[in-house]
Amino acid sequence: MGTAVRLSWLELKLFLREPLTVVFSLAMPLVVLFVLGGVFGNTPSAPGETFVYRGQGPMDYYIPAYFALVITSVSVISIPTHLAGSRERGVLRRFQASSISPAAIVGAEVAVAVILSLVSAILLTVAASLAYDFRGPDSYVGVAGSFLFLTLAFSSFGILLGAVLPTARAAQALGMLLWFVMLMLGGAGPPPEVMTGAMSAIRNLTPLWHGVRVMQDAWLGLDPGLSWVVMIALLVGCVTVAIRFFRWE
Amino acid sequence: MDTVVTVEHLMKRYGELVAVDDVSFEVERGEIFGILGPNGSGKTTTVECLQGLRYPDGGEIRVLGHDPRHDATALRRRIGSQLQESALPERLKVGEALEFFSSISPDGPPWTSVMEQWGLADKRSSTFASLSGGQQQRLFVALALVNAPELVFLDEMTTGLDPSSRRVAWDLIRRIRDDGATVVLVTHFMDEAEQLCDRLAVIADRRVVALDTPQRLAAQHAPAPLVTFTVEHADAELGYLAQVSGVESVSRAGYSVEVSGRGALLANVAAALVAHGMAPVDLDVRRGSLEDAFFALVGTPRERV
Repeated sequence: MGTAVRLSWLELKLFLREPLTVVFSLAMPLVVLFVLGGVFGNTPSAPGETFVYRGQGPMDYYIPAYFALVITSVSVISIPTHLAGSRERGVLRRFQASSISPAAIVGAEVAVAVILSLVSAILLTVAASLAYDFRGPDSYVGVAGSFLFLTLAFSSFGILLGAVLPTARAAQALGMLLWFVMLMLGGAGPPPEVMTGAMSAIRNLTPLWHGVRVMQDAWLGLDPGLSWVVMIALLVGCVTVAIRFFRWE
Repeated sequence: MDTVVTVEHLMKRYGELVAVDDVSFEVERGEIFGILGPNGSGKTTTVECLQGLRYPDGGEIRVLGHDPRHDATALRRRIGSQLQESALPERLKVGEALEFFSSISPDGPPWTSVMEQWGLADKRSSTFASLSGGQQQRLFVALALVNAPELVFLDEMTTGLDPSSRRVAWDLIRRIRDDGATVVLVTHFMDEAEQLCDRLAVIADRRVVALDTPQRLAAQHAPAPLVTFTVEHADAELGYLAQVSGVESVSRAGYSVEVSGRGALLANVAAALVAHGMAPVDLDVRRGSLEDAFFALVGTPRERV
């Protein structure tokens, strides 16, 4: 346990020494926030208008959606790139030779993901509250629980990508691609109601879409839907496959 | 004598490729045991199997009483490993790396003293990526020692070190042994094997071809000694040398003469030369070195290419 904690601390320091990664994970969601906020404001669609944002004000819709988005950016880009790069360069071999367990290595990745996602979410909330008027969480406990659960589910997805992809380059390219597709279609970008049938079909396959729903349901006090089940399946599935495919070199 | 490593008929394949085929040897406690061989001969694979980093396909191994196949975690706490191909995160600092790896085994020496011993104190706040190849190498050896291991594996540890750093490293390796640990040293440098190793296994074509002290390997496997000198006139008469006791062959190339043979070759050749009124100032003898023995065992570079 001690080793995992010390490794997490090291990994966090290492992450902060990569300026570009820090900027991307912390600043990108803010850019999205202000662009979409500037475009859509926070007035719910009036009766008779096209029904968008699940009937909520755009900002009330987007804030919890962005929480899911920041979790995704850390989990799907940072984790796989870092893990695949560590294996590619021989860092994992060095750890293996000192009997550091895969559980400690993966645990440190998840711990860093939780801390960064949390910092990013707090930053986002503070920035948003300076510019927009939006509803607070329906249940703080529900939001905190959902946030932690989503971070675990998405980091397990990131760990899986890092376990399967051979190089840091491959991991980064695929991570970015997934992130942009999910940003555009997954419910944290354009409102889901305006998408074509094909776009909606793809959207339903993206983990982010279900993460967005879980977060919104907790924040807005809506009835939890099937997306919870999808997220649990993602967590269990990714952990199972990642254990199977973890390689030291 | 106490045996710390036993290897019997070790075999390891990567797919179709046989990397190690029937390697056997024993390492005694407190010695520096060398594994010498050309690139691709299976040295690294052998020691990786011993450290539990690879799973052998055949044979028996015991390391400090453990079977690395089933007991790798317990074994690795008691050994130190410097791997040929490994790395640290680029932005990890030297001090952080030593502190972290020493925290895994709290019984080891203070990491700051290991850092000083290996000349890394002034690099404490430097990142791994900013270190030179030699400094990175020294850091890896230091990391292998922070858990006070009973047995240390060093895989081509002086590769990338400049000549003076190599000398320093050799002294430190002797010190590891003198402090009571056993060292298994993989190398392809003859001078290193000759200087450092108490005993040596020569591996070629994936098996052990000879195992002895460096001195005995040289004596047994090196070709006959060679006496060399130059003559003042290219047409000087030297036919009498063939009759000298012990001489097996005389070869001339311009002014240079090489005489090979057995016994007290230098004394006999010198006496014959002086008796015939010749006293070459560059008369010299080259005895078979470990390097000669090595090439006699594994074939010359030209034959192998």
